[in-house]
Amino acid sequence: MSVAVEGAASGRAPGRPTLLRTEQRQGLALMSPTVLFALVMLAAPILVVVAHSFWTQDYLTIDRTFTLENYRTALTEPIYRDLLMRSLALSMSVAFLTVVLAYPVAYYVSFHGGRYKSLLLFLITIPAWSSYLLRVMSWKVILGYKGVLNTALLGAGVIDEPSTAFLYNSNAVMITLTHAWAVFAILPIYVSLEKVDRTLIEAATDLGDGPVRRFLRVTLPLTVPGIVAALIIVMIPTVGDYVTPRLVGGKDGVMIASAIEVQFKKGANWPLGAALSVTTMIVITIVAASCVGLLRWAAGRIR
Amino acid sequence: MTTRRRFLGVNWLAAYVALYVAFLYLPILLLPLFSFNDSATPGFPLSGFTWKWYESLLDTPAMLDAAKNSAMVGLAAAVTSTLLGICAARAMTRYRFRGQRTMSGLIMAPLVLPEIIIAVALLLVMLRLGLELSLLTVALGHVLICVPYSVTVLIAGFEGFDRSLEEASSDLGETAFGTFRRVTLPMVAPAIVSSLLVSFTISLDEFILAFFLTGTESTLPVYIWGQLRFAARLPGVLALGTIMLVLSFILLTIAEIYRRRAARRANVDGGLLA
Repeated sequence: MSVAVEGAASGRAPGRPTLLRTEQRQGLALMSPTVLFALVMLAAPILVVVAHSFWTQDYLTIDRTFTLENYRTALTEPIYRDLLMRSLALSMSVAFLTVVLAYPVAYYVSFHGGRYKSLLLFLITIPAWSSYLLRVMSWKVILGYKGVLNTALLGAGVIDEPSTAFLYNSNAVMITLTHAWAVFAILPIYVSLEKVDRTLIEAATDLGDGPVRRFLRVTLPLTVPGIVAALIIVMIPTVGDYVTPRLVGGKDGVMIASAIEVQFKKGANWPLGAALSVTTMIVITIVAASCVGLLRWAAGRIR
Repeated sequence: MTTRRRFLGVNWLAAYVALYVAFLYLPILLLPLFSFNDSATPGFPLSGFTWKWYESLLDTPAMLDAAKNSAMVGLAAAVTSTLLGICAARAMTRYRFRGQRTMSGLIMAPLVLPEIIIAVALLLVMLRLGLELSLLTVALGHVLICVPYSVTVLIAGFEGFDRSLEEASSDLGETAFGTFRRVTLPMVAPAIVSSLLVSFTISLDEFILAFFLTGTESTLPVYIWGQLRFAARLPGVLALGTIMLVLSFILLTIAEIYRRRAARRANVDGGLLA
């Protein structure tokens, strides 16, 4: 179908200006099915959510008078405020932890990988090819009271009785999420490490910088774009994570997604659910943007 | 070359990397391990080898239904997402037009949005439109999140595509459709296969959208989620999970092979039209 459009258009393209205009049109025509799909399935639904967040649930119908009440509830009601703060704190900690843990790995692959570079990257990527739900489930099995970790530690004589400290708390959420997003942090950092001009590092060595100083003053500042990308890629999706808090989070690992789900399902207060979703998105965007700004500023200072 | 230094004779960095990789593999290796373990609760020491959890799956009609549903949704999502991906990838590699960046940004946006937001937004629209939640709504949701991956894979196939081959074909009297079928399609076929496999796998493994958008029927991840409440069903779920893991790996490995072939072919400047 798309080819027919192209063919027909190029058939009547005699002069240059018209050719340019038909180029425009051909490109647009070919792109349009996908764009239309994204508009209908993504842009429109998000606008609908935003609209609902300003309305009120009136039993089974929606009252369409403009109100900010939902946002007031979302931001001041202790449960929602606490859940939002906790989700933010968790997603930020997960993002920083993931980046800190992933950086040396990316560094090793890029600087010492040699001819095994692509093999190493491949090895690191494979675990991410499995279903997210299955990996979280596996962590639940590992961290549980009679789980793998406990029975292994008991068997090794490290502990005398199973510990309840592993599962159903925010640490379990952190471990699971740090594992789930590892690759998404390693890859952008690896890419930025690959771009570091190796002669700059040699120059630093020649000018008398030791390995640590050389790393802090040359390599690290040059890889800030990769670190920033990794932070954002991890932070934004984790703030709205549903599966991990539900499966391994227990009581103090509950995050905002559970509250959103309740409003759309059992609670049946769509406008409040919508306001919670929009608030989460806006707050995480602000937080991510300030982290990025802070990091860039810090990188500028190091130099 | 870079200067390499080791501290105290031990390569601490390499040791750390090995540890980290072990951490990455831990959960996906334990799943198969305990699916063959002859004990109702996964834990050490292992009590013996068994196939019984796999056998028990076969007489679980609900699981078989879910598998069938997953296959249908996956197939529909893969085909639709690849078709949409072909349009976008071709447009993005072949043409330059105003608004291109914005449009591709919109298409790729599902990659960076929290899935719960997408799920809730779609659910709200479907409910407001009075659409019955079903496997169809799940498939539609899956297409949305598969398209960015399809586009990425297909762009690699279309990039560096030698346009003169198509021109030659039409000069030699082929119709537009003939050119597409006999010149364009064979060139990008590996990328298309790769896109189909990747999107099928994503759909197969996806939980959140399926959980929110399905009606009474469930896909495999939704089925697993339901089973997790019952401790006694855990070994069966581990067996099912292992099958899904293996299936994902196989499909994505084939996809990767085809993707590399597509990328290699795109870099050759048309001389090797196999």
